[in-house]
Amino acid sequence: MKKLRVVHYINQFYAGIGGEEKADYPPEIREGLIGPGQALQAAFKEEAEIVATVICGDSYYNENMEESKSQILEMIRPYQPDIFVAGPAFNAGRYGVACGDITSHVQNELHIPGVTGMYVENPGVDLYKKEVYIIETKNSAADMRKAAPKMAKLVIKLGHHQEVGSPEEEHYIKRGLRKNYFADKRGSERAVDMLLAKLRKEKFDTEYPMPSFDRVSPSPAIKDLSQSKIAIVTSGGIVPKGNPDHIESSSASKYGTYDISQFDDLTDQDHETAHGGYDPVFANEDSDRVIPVDVLKEMEKEGMIGSLHPYFYTTTGNGTAVANAKAFATEIAIDLKNHGVDAVILTST
Amino acid sequence: MKLELRNIMINDIVFGECSKIQNNQLMINPKDLESIVLEDEHIAEVKFDIAKPGESTRITPVKDVLEPRFKIDSESQVFPGVASKVKTVGEGKTNVLKGMALVTSGRIVGFQEGIIDMSGPGAEYTPFSKTINLVMSAYCHEGVKPHEHEKAVRLAGIKVAKFLGELSIDVEPNEIQVFETLPLLQGIQKYPDLPKVAYVQMLQSQGLLHDTYVYGVDAKTIVPTLLYPTELMDGAIISGNCVSACDKNTTYHHQNNCVVHDLYEKHGKEINFVGVVITNENVYLADKERSSDWTAKLVEYLGVDGVIISQEGFGNPDTDLIMNCKKIEEKGIDTVIITDEYAGRDGASQSLADADPKANAVVTGGNANEVIKLPPMDKVIGHLEYVDKIAGGFNGSLEENGWITVELQAIIGATNELGFNHLSAKEY
Repeated sequence: MKKLRVVHYINQFYAGIGGEEKADYPPEIREGLIGPGQALQAAFKEEAEIVATVICGDSYYNENMEESKSQILEMIRPYQPDIFVAGPAFNAGRYGVACGDITSHVQNELHIPGVTGMYVENPGVDLYKKEVYIIETKNSAADMRKAAPKMAKLVIKLGHHQEVGSPEEEHYIKRGLRKNYFADKRGSERAVDMLLAKLRKEKFDTEYPMPSFDRVSPSPAIKDLSQSKIAIVTSGGIVPKGNPDHIESSSASKYGTYDISQFDDLTDQDHETAHGGYDPVFANEDSDRVIPVDVLKEMEKEGMIGSLHPYFYTTTGNGTAVANAKAFATEIAIDLKNHGVDAVILTST
Repeated sequence: MKLELRNIMINDIVFGECSKIQNNQLMINPKDLESIVLEDEHIAEVKFDIAKPGESTRITPVKDVLEPRFKIDSESQVFPGVASKVKTVGEGKTNVLKGMALVTSGRIVGFQEGIIDMSGPGAEYTPFSKTINLVMSAYCHEGVKPHEHEKAVRLAGIKVAKFLGELSIDVEPNEIQVFETLPLLQGIQKYPDLPKVAYVQMLQSQGLLHDTYVYGVDAKTIVPTLLYPTELMDGAIISGNCVSACDKNTTYHHQNNCVVHDLYEKHGKEINFVGVVITNENVYLADKERSSDWTAKLVEYLGVDGVIISQEGFGNPDTDLIMNCKKIEEKGIDTVIITDEYAGRDGASQSLADADPKANAVVTGGNANEVIKLPPMDKVIGHLEYVDKIAGGFNGSLEENGWITVELQAIIGATNELGFNHLSAKEY
């Protein structure tokens, strides 16, 4: 296998330039390795070579992120590295943020994989662990001797585009990604074993640690409905007949925005549901059962509500990933605001 | 209650002049089965096919899977209240046709019927690639409504499974397994030093083609109640639902409930398995509150130290799962829950629609959103054109070259929440 070209990122302190008083040191790049690069180079053996080292002051990076990132990317580009390494930052907060941030930009913009290293409580961990492989280190530089071989092993794997193992095997901090695998025992047997351990007060590992949930507090009540513009948003999958945008029956990857200004009543001639999570017969017969367009149009005529927003927003909630739902909602909320909508009726099924 | 399961190994299925079991071979005259199926006025046509492990065969859309069984020494009979009189089952001797399954198919009823591949990468995810399958494709008359269609095919499957089971009436078994659960107080006296454990089985009952039947009763209309574990083995519970293929419990899963089997495995040695509490997964909040209150009350009344709770389906039933878990834990009883995950195709989203810190012991059947590519098969039993529409499929799932790209959700039993499979998920 060819020798991998590595570019290494470190801060002013590890470059020997100075401590806090030099933290505003602007980015520069030097040929070859400096400081902690020696331990990494030793761990790479003949498989990889640090061809250049980027140095940047922690304050400088954190206070000028956009600018620092652009300058550093341009410095790295001519070296054509196979892989990028930052830190390790151990428990240094601003250094950790800089390592995580620059590694994510190198990955996204130069399409070069990267590795960094931090102590688990470094603030850079929560910010970047989803995008960047962060080798878990102890909280001080005394751990460099142990951290370097772990980082080096992952650097070589990523540099050769080899498959990366589990967090336990590779020592990186969990990235929050759920991946399937075949366990040795079937699920029911694992459940019985887990219950026995729990009953005996022995240690056991849950297979899914519970997430913490977002709780959204409702907005204050509307004071005057007759002056309000109301919109409909649904996860019940109502679409114009034929489902023109092919919204999926489950695990939706998109939502639709459709004009209802020309309808006083939805019928089986013009609307239906795309939702795969319930018997669609009643919704297909009369889609007003899921989004009450008929009643809202009457209320609009009677003056009970100010107006009905001429578009409704729709997707299928069935098995749809929370991340997708959040992304849809963010876009829909902006559109609602731009159209001066005061209140929304959310319907689910 | 004591039940003897008499396993008769079925090593081959062939079509022939008559229907019989000889030398571990099941011979079927399709005409015998057709006449049973066509008794139902909704069904216009029925076809039978055989699919064997390792063959290049795809079956889709699959509705239910059943294991033929028949009771040989009692007045009660399998599938009580549905294909037989309502009489308590779970006792006596039951013949089981092991190694085979009856798979029901035909045109799609809802969105949520699945795929069984007999070989290739998809086969690893479904238990029914390892059984010799008799596939019943039933077609209803034009104009039959979806819920009538579902019911007609469900009942036809039950009747055919019973007929096949009955063929074994004089056949000697290859293996006998005995399962016994004593009345509660006797059982507790017998094993005074072992921790007492119950099993809480949640049954899909969201309605609108998401139904389960207990002795013929729609599970939406039950309040939580007690069963002897052996009752499940005699078909006390049958599937009537078109929930996503990956985590619906087919009738076969109910008959072979793996939580029951694995609890029996440790019964009398490490635990005292006292019985099964069944509960439902209704959509109204009042029903959810009532059912979870009653479930917690029943397990408290049983005086158990721990329970395993299994789920069926996802999303809305996640709330029932968490309510059951929380209320039982609040009674000081240890719980382990079995569920599956919808973490998105990239695995980066929250896996469940509800959560609670008390649910600290979770077994997962895997991420149902994970995508799999299934190569074309030489033979297709059923209809491939529904693949774009089924839950887990998407527009373009079926490619022109015959490859299918779907989420695991579309594969029958892939992320089963009884814990039937080895599949799990972990954080990377």
